[in-house]
Amino acid sequence: MPVDELRKLQYKLMKTLVYRLYSFSPFYHDRMKDAGVHPDDIRSLADVKKLPFMYKKDLRDNYPNKMFTASTDELVRYHVSSGTTGKPTVVGYTQKDLDVWTESLARSLTSCGIGRGDVMQVSYGYGLFTGGLGLHYGAEKVGATVVPASVGSTEKQITLIQDLNVTAIACTPSYLNHISDVAEKMGVSIKNDTSLRVAVLGAEPWTAGMRDRIQERLGIRAHNIFGTSEISGPMFTDCAEQKGIHIWGDIAYTEVIDSETGENLPDGESGELVVTVLQKEAMPMIRYRVGDITSLDTSVCPCGCTHPRISRLTGRVDDMLIIRGINVFPSQVEHCLMQIPEISGQNYMIIVTRDGSLDSMRVQVELRKEFFSDKIDDLLEIRKKVAYELKNALNVSVDVELTAPDSLPRFEGKAKRVIDRRVL
Amino acid sequence: MTENSDSCKYVIRQISVFSENKPGRLSAIAKGLEEADVNIYAFSIAESKGFGVVRLIVDKSTAALKKLADIGFMVSYTDVIGIKMEDRPGGLYETASILGDADINIEYAYAYSGRNGAVLIIRVDDVTSAVKKLLAAGKELIKAEECL
Repeated sequence: MPVDELRKLQYKLMKTLVYRLYSFSPFYHDRMKDAGVHPDDIRSLADVKKLPFMYKKDLRDNYPNKMFTASTDELVRYHVSSGTTGKPTVVGYTQKDLDVWTESLARSLTSCGIGRGDVMQVSYGYGLFTGGLGLHYGAEKVGATVVPASVGSTEKQITLIQDLNVTAIACTPSYLNHISDVAEKMGVSIKNDTSLRVAVLGAEPWTAGMRDRIQERLGIRAHNIFGTSEISGPMFTDCAEQKGIHIWGDIAYTEVIDSETGENLPDGESGELVVTVLQKEAMPMIRYRVGDITSLDTSVCPCGCTHPRISRLTGRVDDMLIIRGINVFPSQVEHCLMQIPEISGQNYMIIVTRDGSLDSMRVQVELRKEFFSDKIDDLLEIRKKVAYELKNALNVSVDVELTAPDSLPRFEGKAKRVIDRRVL
Repeated sequence: MTENSDSCKYVIRQISVFSENKPGRLSAIAKGLEEADVNIYAFSIAESKGFGVVRLIVDKSTAALKKLADIGFMVSYTDVIGIKMEDRPGGLYETASILGDADINIEYAYAYSGRNGAVLIIRVDDVTSAVKKLLAAGKELIKAEECL
């Protein structure tokens, strides 16, 4: 589609969406009023910048469904992701929302050369997380044969890759590295002993350097996928050219802004990603501050595609951590620790490392004096309890380290409680 | 009552210290005790992944506890019993068999061989009843005042 026509279509969809939200979403109606904007003020795509932003906090404050603009009987699915303070974020989908999500991903997979004749192992978690089911339906839509392996049982996954002639895999880059490590220990070379030729990797930050290493080591093409549950789930990938992730313009309107000023940044400049999902019924998001750092490229891709692209994500504007594909906010950790009487909830440290190819997260907590015991078993019990509560709250296994009161660093001003030692 | 206060005579105050598993912690404890002019009769370390508990029998437990707390350690008193043993082959067996026969469950134990013979320190849940059983079995116990 020529760029002009694409922008006309985007404007039309945006206009409809803004009217829809202004009329049916009390939340966004009030937000527009507060910003002094009326739908009639949006006369071109350039006017989109007048519209107020939406934040992850808004979803939390409106838990579970106060942001929905579809009635409950129109919903066909929920997905749930972690929130910032223990309260999760709920996303509802109508059938059309699922169809648009699947359509988006189907186009992306096609642009990576995945389709009929491919066998795709989906090794993202199935369940509340959007990765598993998202890729599942996307791959079925393009006619691939799906192996819904989910995460874990790595040796079995490797056997399936061999026995079912799996040609494509979707998972986190660190899990693919883990699969390769385990395969080597089993005496299996993914490169020589399997039909795997392409991977769709994402849900955690990774570099072009890691992509090159994976491609070299496994003898495959490794594509980058982007998405987050708030906009539906994983929706967009880079194409065969591997020159940025195509954000289908008829599905989403993409901006990159300066986080401080909120101003739009020109092509190539690094800033915060802001996405408007143009076709969404149950939970439309206008100018959603995704929080990922990237840059925009609106030029035509060497593949001939006119849809805008974003560069590989380089980080976050907030303190969100991604541990084995799961979003973790330090505030969630704090919220959870506060509920445990045996330890001091205010003072803690989070240390993230990468052991081999898997992320590992350690939380140091201060034991309260009243709970100190000369018996090691009592102390181990407390440590086990903290680890159990954290695992429950975060969905990620955590190593807990007990320390003495007042032994962890105190901060004046902004606390730096996270030490991320992972080298990407 | 006299019987209980009699048992009390044999309850020794152990100092228990929480310590992270990192270099220099034991030396910090020892230095603090030296500064407070505290003599250590016996000690043991129980360690787990990441942390441990240092247990000490000292001559001045009040001063020791205060000093260690002042220099930032998490400390507490624990009631333990000191059983005198013969410092010869079979000495520990005699003591241990009495404990077993008397149905006394030991949480943990450690021993030292001092100027006046060998001593087994034991930590049990019910100190008073353990003291009675041990005295009844004819064991000689360390009196708290011997550790003052």
